[in-house]
Amino acid sequence: MGTLIAIILAAVLTNNFITVKTYGICPFLGVSKNTKSALGMGVAVTIVMAIAVAVTYPVYNYLMKIPSISWWNFQFLEIIVFIFIIASLVQMLEAIIRKLSPSLYNAMGIYLPLITTNCAVLGVCELVIGDMSGIIGSGFVMNFGWAVLYALFSGIGFTLVMLIMSGLREKLNCCKVSKSLAGFPISMITASFICMAFMVFTYIV
Amino acid sequence: MKNKYGKIALDGVIFNNPTFVLVLGTCPTLGLISSASSAAGMGLTVVVILTLSNILISAFRKIIPNEVRIPAYIVIIATLVTLARMVMEKFMPDLYDSLGGFLALIVVNCIILGRAEAFANKHTVLESAVDGLATGMGFTAALTIMGIICEFLGSGSLFGAKIMDFSIGLFATPAGSFIIYGLSIAVFTYILDTIARYRRVKANKLSRENLLDNRDLGESAAAPAAKEAE
Repeated sequence: MGTLIAIILAAVLTNNFITVKTYGICPFLGVSKNTKSALGMGVAVTIVMAIAVAVTYPVYNYLMKIPSISWWNFQFLEIIVFIFIIASLVQMLEAIIRKLSPSLYNAMGIYLPLITTNCAVLGVCELVIGDMSGIIGSGFVMNFGWAVLYALFSGIGFTLVMLIMSGLREKLNCCKVSKSLAGFPISMITASFICMAFMVFTYIV
Repeated sequence: MKNKYGKIALDGVIFNNPTFVLVLGTCPTLGLISSASSAAGMGLTVVVILTLSNILISAFRKIIPNEVRIPAYIVIIATLVTLARMVMEKFMPDLYDSLGGFLALIVVNCIILGRAEAFANKHTVLESAVDGLATGMGFTAALTIMGIICEFLGSGSLFGAKIMDFSIGLFATPAGSFIIYGLSIAVFTYILDTIARYRRVKANKLSRENLLDNRDLGESAAAPAAKEAE
């Protein structure tokens, strides 16, 4: 139970993907112009992150290295294998959603192709196969269940920050901003204040 | 001939600067500019990988079928990143540690795939190499400048060497990186706008002078000359 709470707090607040790790900034700045699209993107990223880790974690640990066969060790090819799994997964998911639920596809299907080149998805796959004791606490042993849970809650943390940002940007539309600050610069300065707010959680936990 | 390569290089470094104008590859930028040396190391790694990937993609551009070009590019880039990671782990362990997870994330860096899609698959090998080098240098320069500012404000040091005894904790965190990045884009946009306005004013003045000169010669000569000045 303690580990579960530690994972949820670490993934959503203290090690939030956008504000602390700065992964997945492209959709954060690109798709946060209104709340509806920010929510669609966030949900799509969350689903893809959880499924991607559920596939890549066993592939990396049980398929790319088999202890009983000494020469069978392809773990150095992780980047190529992971990016291929993610790309095909996104394609598959898009086809399935289009077939099963056209309304859901209209709501979030357009964000799916963008996710292939999203740092957050590859980042979480790389993160859970590495050493996580610095993030969750010493003596933590990673297994399949924790890995998927961590990915799921990282995605939820991502969605949370996307929603906050889109709300702020909708308000920002009503303001008059000087010409060279308009667009990306003012969004980044807004994002900086969100980061400061999230920094406070580091002191609490 | 030389002028063409000069234009490609100038575009890559200044007018299409990947960090300030196109705003691509933001994740490693924001994650690493709190330390100038790791920012510069990231930039140089991207220069090497971007140049090699541009050369390879442009060399294979007639062989790769149009329908599967994106997966093919990703395989080329992922292979290069895997190689770079192995070389750095063996020969540059300090830089390898300071880049952390961002080294693997070069695969999904939009700059590399963007240059492959927008430039390398339409141009010759030499042009693509120049473009890769120039774009990479633009990225490196931007990262290093912001890294120096951020590191100085955050810990009073320059490339790891302490030069002043003060520190503003904010600039050692992503929040400070966001502020510095946002303000840098604003300053860069302002400078580019000023240059463009200055050029426009100069061109207008020149064409008006031409027009006045031609009017002295007579009405008939003025119209074609004005068109030429445009």
